[in-house]
Amino acid sequence: MEQTTTQNEVQFSDAAMAEIRRYISHYPADRKKSAILPILHIAQAEFGGWVSPEVQDKVAEILDIQPIEVYEVATFYTMFNLKPVGKHVLEVCRTGPCMLRGADHLIEHLESRLGCHVGENSADGLFTLKTVECLAACGMGPMLQIREKYYENLDPQKMDQLLDDLSKE
Amino acid sequence: MGLKILTEHINVPGINTLETYRKMGGYRSVEKAVKTMTSEEVVEEVKKSGLRGRGGAGFPTGLKWSFLAKPEGKPRYLVCNADESEPGTFKDRVLMEKIPHALIEGMITSSYALGARTSYIYIRGELMFVLRILEKAIAECYAAGLLGENILGSGYSLDLHVHPGGGAYICGEETALLESLEGKRGNPRNKPPFPAVWGLYGCPTVVNNVESIASVPWIINNTGDEYAKIGVGRSTGTKLISASGHINNPGVYEIELGLPVEEFLFSDEYCGGIWKGRKFKAIVAGGSSVPILPGELFLKTAEGTPRLMTYESLSEGGFVSGTMLGSGGFIVMDDTTCIVRNTWNFSRFYHHESCGQCSPCREGTGWMEKILHRLEHGHGNMHDIDLLVNVSKQIEGNTICPLGDAAAWPVASAVRHFRDEFEWHVKHPEKATAPGAVYSGAEDLAFA
Repeated sequence: MEQTTTQNEVQFSDAAMAEIRRYISHYPADRKKSAILPILHIAQAEFGGWVSPEVQDKVAEILDIQPIEVYEVATFYTMFNLKPVGKHVLEVCRTGPCMLRGADHLIEHLESRLGCHVGENSADGLFTLKTVECLAACGMGPMLQIREKYYENLDPQKMDQLLDDLSKE
Repeated sequence: MGLKILTEHINVPGINTLETYRKMGGYRSVEKAVKTMTSEEVVEEVKKSGLRGRGGAGFPTGLKWSFLAKPEGKPRYLVCNADESEPGTFKDRVLMEKIPHALIEGMITSSYALGARTSYIYIRGELMFVLRILEKAIAECYAAGLLGENILGSGYSLDLHVHPGGGAYICGEETALLESLEGKRGNPRNKPPFPAVWGLYGCPTVVNNVESIASVPWIINNTGDEYAKIGVGRSTGTKLISASGHINNPGVYEIELGLPVEEFLFSDEYCGGIWKGRKFKAIVAGGSSVPILPGELFLKTAEGTPRLMTYESLSEGGFVSGTMLGSGGFIVMDDTTCIVRNTWNFSRFYHHESCGQCSPCREGTGWMEKILHRLEHGHGNMHDIDLLVNVSKQIEGNTICPLGDAAAWPVASAVRHFRDEFEWHVKHPEKATAPGAVYSGAEDLAFA
């Protein structure tokens, strides 16, 4: 029942629709499908940090393509969250260069602070802890990304400060 | 101080704006190319420069351009590969973030050379904040007549768009990138046909790395011959090196190719030596995909010749005792680093990033990750070490795209050069992940 309700409510804001149309205009008229990744990014920002099946259907409708064409893309690219996430998604780089500068310990620190494992949401639902592969910040590790922002050269104090600040938002 | 072609003005306040960038001499190459040169002449200069693809493969850029098919009635495309995802590599991001116009100027001049009327910058989706910087800079160019219809009154018109990816390392492979730009999963294509004939939307397409494209303006302003004078032999020009790991000064450095490796690693002008007064154990010099080398084999070849920062010198000794310059991602490891753990980490990366299209890569990367996990966590046996090499050999050369090779080489080279460390993990299972032995453990790191 809930899903049906959601389906009826998938409606992009005017600003998001304008941005979607701007992206579609970047590609040849018969190649609208090219805009699928930009639109999925817009959708994820618009609908609570994840893309539900209903949102993906809406993207297919906008692009005049079959829903499966969106599903196969949304499941291939790791930036798209396919289930609900916390208010703040912490994406911690776990790859080699960051590991050499202490990423493993940053991840352990976050697990203990948030009381959840990688891939889970904190009990208060505020945070989702994710690990990701190399974010092109190797000289500034350990680091993490929250939405569009990079937080680099982290240490336990900076990390705790950041969590405190985010909790107050 | 070496010559700086790309980063000379990187610390000039406001260099991200068109006004300041032009004050520093920016966009002269566009003016020169569209007003005084034919597109063939621009291609010729780039050919003469000896510029080689800076994404990692090192293929001559001018030659790649000259392969572009020019059938009647079909558009041609230039696509910039800004999907920088190779572990250890963050130079393109820094360049685009600080001097977005360096890339845009290169895109306009290069698009003119190739006869492209629409060009794209495909940037990895995580770098959305850099995408916004680029879009702002592009808007400035449209307003100033440097993009759009009739650029600077020359009759040449160009549209330039930035396209975000979705978080997939494989899209750095050029045909996967094109699939992705068409709105599909990033599965690399079988080649031939190459993109020069069948690229974006089935049209002739050139895909070039950010740094390669950003090097074009200097070549056009100063001639290809002048560019070719910088560097050593077939390694011409300057190169951005991303330096990370256990060094005193991590960061992005522009060097003249031919700089002695030892100077780069130990002088204060660059990496500043190994941190915490420790010893230099090993390095991955070209991004995670290239073979790992022990420190001594990196500083000098097996014959004792000091190595230089060139494509040729780093690969001297082949895979037996050499490596590759690749993307110039230097990952430096001190003497406390556990090579097994590092290799496991890299294998997990390739397993995670395999597109799954070719069985040897899809299955093989998973096998390697599992075996390495076993060894690192004290559950491995001696047979595992040979099995690991065996699996890597079955992936290498047996896949559509180079991700398979990129997954195999770090593993094979780690066992080749550090076999004793793998055996140590088997002999001391109780200590395999314990701190203080081979792996430095928590106490040395910030997160103790």
